[in-house]
Amino acid sequence: MAKKSEVVLDPLFNNNPIALQVLGICSALAVTTKMEMTVVMCLAVTAVLVGSNLTISLLRNQIPPSIRIIVQLTVVASLVIVTDQILQAYVFEISKQLSVFVGLIITNCIIMGRAEAFAMQNGPVMSILDGLGNAMGYSVILLGTAFFRELGSTGKLFGLEILPLVTEGGWYNPNGLLGQSPGAFFLIGLFIWMIRMYKPDQVEEEN
Amino acid sequence: MSQQRFSVRYIILFSMAVCGVCAVFVSSLAVSLADEQDANKLLDRRKNVLMAAGDVQPKDDVSAEQINELFGQYRAKVIDLATGEEVADIDPTTFDQRKAKKDPARSEPAPSNRSSIQRVPNNALIYEKLDTEGNVELVVLPIEGYGLWTTLYGFLALDRDTRTIRGLAYYEHGETPGLGGEVDNPRWRALWPGRLAFDDQWQVKIQVIKGTAGPVAEDPHRVDGLAGATITARGVTNMLDFWLGESGFEAYLQKLRNSFGTKGAA
Repeated sequence: MAKKSEVVLDPLFNNNPIALQVLGICSALAVTTKMEMTVVMCLAVTAVLVGSNLTISLLRNQIPPSIRIIVQLTVVASLVIVTDQILQAYVFEISKQLSVFVGLIITNCIIMGRAEAFAMQNGPVMSILDGLGNAMGYSVILLGTAFFRELGSTGKLFGLEILPLVTEGGWYNPNGLLGQSPGAFFLIGLFIWMIRMYKPDQVEEEN
Repeated sequence: MSQQRFSVRYIILFSMAVCGVCAVFVSSLAVSLADEQDANKLLDRRKNVLMAAGDVQPKDDVSAEQINELFGQYRAKVIDLATGEEVADIDPTTFDQRKAKKDPARSEPAPSNRSSIQRVPNNALIYEKLDTEGNVELVVLPIEGYGLWTTLYGFLALDRDTRTIRGLAYYEHGETPGLGGEVDNPRWRALWPGRLAFDDQWQVKIQVIKGTAGPVAEDPHRVDGLAGATITARGVTNMLDFWLGESGFEAYLQKLRNSFGTKGAA
């Protein structure tokens, strides 16, 4: 049983896909300007990751090794299109803001990475847990980034005013940098630094 | 898991099966969700039209029913930009102006302009708000043009005198939040209603200036600039100039103007 909880919890801080493996950075920059958008993106990635891990795991003994990558790609691509279609049908406003980034989940290295590295070797239950764990690891960083970006650049969270802006007669002068992609880079850099301060074994050795 | 375990025949059949299952799965889902998606797109467009005309405020949480009810006063209409006449054989519910713009058969290269507009569609989808007697009360025109980073897409609402602006709203842009993104700011948008788009000779005169413009009555042709967003503001001026001018809605607006001139006389 201990192993199951490891599979789920390890990717949170010990082996975080963004902070340690530095995968999935592209979307971490692009969709973290607003919390609302980020939450939907995290759910979409979770759905795709769990779905692809499950599917690949169920097929793992049937997939011929010579074409395994393209099979994984086909499965992931199908799941991404399905997710995008569902978002367009039920949360149209947000899917409009996410625009191409839902479609680009397919290029998120975390998904193919987990399919190839974990689901090809493990059973369906473990693969679902692994997908869930990695999706949570991804989400933790994204939500953290979005929290500071939305609050810092607009004074709002989920669109609700938290810090009254100077332009609206309040006191908070918004930080434009946080609204831009470099702002996300700084934040993610800080997260990685904090995790590595706390867990020094993650620090890469210098040559 | 050696290569030999799988024959070539198996590999081909397996890949075909994977493709077949995925294709059926994706396409059946896409087809079954198409109705919701189309309804969403239509609703979204309607909401943007209503926001430009000031019937709905951006902060309002309006339901689909309310939007459709308010939109009942509007008539969507596809017009020929060159003549300003309605094009009866194009269905406004399916007409996609952005696609038309890219189709060489249905668009023309734009004359040199400062909005980075490359092509102008032959037809445009506009909305007329009708009063209880069926007369046009205001018109909502689609506009687009380059700001600092991206093309801004929006609607301009004009009174039936075709000169008084009733509202301006952008529904899609990628300008810097807090700077150019302030085109969405309700307080900035509130500066627009009542301003005049044209001067007395019907030349486009409205412009976003640097600094603060006077109140509507004293300074009707100018609107406050956006601090830190000179280029976006200039983009707004340029696109209004383009779309209210000769390549844009001039013919249509002239027609509307004339029709009210004759009605007024009669």
